[in-house]
Amino acid sequence: MDLKNRVEQCLGPENLVVAMAECQGDLSVEVPKRSILDVMRLLRDTPGLGFNFLSDVFGVDNLDLNKPKKRPKKKTEEGEGAEEAEETAEKESLPPRFEVIYLLLCLERNERLQVKVRVAEDDMEVDSLYSIWKASDWPEREAFDMYGIRFKGHPNLKRLLMWDDFPAYPLRKDYPLEGQGEERHLIYDD
Amino acid sequence: MNQNPTPQTGHGTGDYVTVNIGPSHPAMHGTLRVIALTDGESLIKAEPEIGYLHRGVEKLGESLSYHQFIPITDRLNYCSAIPNNVSYEMAVEKLMGLEVPEKAQLIRVIMMELARIADHQVCVGILGVDLGAFTPFFYLIIQREEIYEIFEWFNGARLTNTFGRIGGVDADLPDDFEDRWNELKPNVRKANEETEKLLTHNRIWMDRTIGVSAFSAEDALNWGFTGPCLRACGVKRDLRKDEPYCMYDKFDFEVPVGKNGDVFDRYIVRMIEMEQSIKIIDQAYKLYKEMPADAPLMARVPKVIKPPAGEVYSALESPNGELGFFVKSDGSANPYRIRIRPPCYMIYQAFPELVKGELIADLVACLSSLNVIAGELDR
Repeated sequence: MDLKNRVEQCLGPENLVVAMAECQGDLSVEVPKRSILDVMRLLRDTPGLGFNFLSDVFGVDNLDLNKPKKRPKKKTEEGEGAEEAEETAEKESLPPRFEVIYLLLCLERNERLQVKVRVAEDDMEVDSLYSIWKASDWPEREAFDMYGIRFKGHPNLKRLLMWDDFPAYPLRKDYPLEGQGEERHLIYDD
Repeated sequence: MNQNPTPQTGHGTGDYVTVNIGPSHPAMHGTLRVIALTDGESLIKAEPEIGYLHRGVEKLGESLSYHQFIPITDRLNYCSAIPNNVSYEMAVEKLMGLEVPEKAQLIRVIMMELARIADHQVCVGILGVDLGAFTPFFYLIIQREEIYEIFEWFNGARLTNTFGRIGGVDADLPDDFEDRWNELKPNVRKANEETEKLLTHNRIWMDRTIGVSAFSAEDALNWGFTGPCLRACGVKRDLRKDEPYCMYDKFDFEVPVGKNGDVFDRYIVRMIEMEQSIKIIDQAYKLYKEMPADAPLMARVPKVIKPPAGEVYSALESPNGELGFFVKSDGSANPYRIRIRPPCYMIYQAFPELVKGELIADLVACLSSLNVIAGELDR
């Protein structure tokens, strides 16, 4: 049985599969955010799957992908009010902005699986995997550092690569490449 | 860091001193910083702080085209740039579904294994320097320089090679590669032999390395170790064998494993891997010579690379371990997201566990044996 069916058989009965996709042989499965810990334990402990190695954790910002296609602005007499209402309606139907992707590996069969959760901008909290794999320590800190995604239950969730007072989340798509004029060096108080 | 630690039992005096080592310190490789809480000579806690070489490589990649990102990958692990280049190229090739010609794959294998030898030579040499054994460093570094000569004469750069292109390699091996390699090979072997003679059964070396920062296989897997540091713990895992890429399944070589995961095992694993790399280069060159001279070096690649929308992860066995690239494309000419999975990032996060209870001098030994490269750690 191929990996896709096995994963579906494992997670399907508990209604834990939101979507599945395959790209050039890489299988990815999207799961609900609230049950990420259960999913990981199931994937690790189910015989026939045995994903016992966490390879990486990182975030993705889908702001640009979610942007509605630009349409030529119609100059109607309805005024701006209607246009605004249309925009807010579009905003509500957009998929959540962020993704957290977990790369899993089964050491016995050398199979890889991407597990994905979607994180909305108004609820930026995901359960930390530190209790299952300590390997998630720094990657989760980095995802917090770069995107502002908070990992619940992480023992030491602070910035990793940027300094502690850095005011923004630099890997977000709306953060400009050249920065926002932050101080480029640490300022020590005397 | 806690300035006023609560008293901890099990240690002599109870007078704890916080020692800051780095980020600019001769014993720290690159810009690493460790804040150590010490009781006399022994460590109670050592917390690494990273990010001093953070250049925002992943952010930078989102504004460059796919080919423009290759030179940036040189600056990750600058001791062996070629596996970085190839790993990124393989990820984009996978995304585009390209089949790389066999001759190009063989050239990649030869160059990657040369880079592996060079990387291990630096690691072992510096490990010796950090422990007070200066001579092996010279034996090894002279031969590394010769390997860099080959790189330089292949494409003009010693460290930042920018090797290969998406879809293959840009240039064939020069005609006198065989002469150069036959001249270099005995010298590399001799340098390794001399190093082993000086170090392996040396009483001081054994005392300083055996049992230092030993790590169990379960812990290593839990922390995400890969590469020589994982193999030193006794786990036989090598992507060249387990998930073969670039025709590695056609070569006959062994994967050395250690037992205790201490500094000594990491050193031995690296020494044996160098010998295995020499074997691989010989076999790859033999296959290479059987190829027709006009065999293609590049797959058919469009001038502007626009992979179809999608996301892939592709990894290879770099000298330090699993080096992976996650590339997400939205169908445009710029990558939408590039994520680099550097091998020593996962290893270095276990540093507090590795050195707990050791001496300060062993912290330096442990750090060198992990071969943490700040460039790929901070990206």
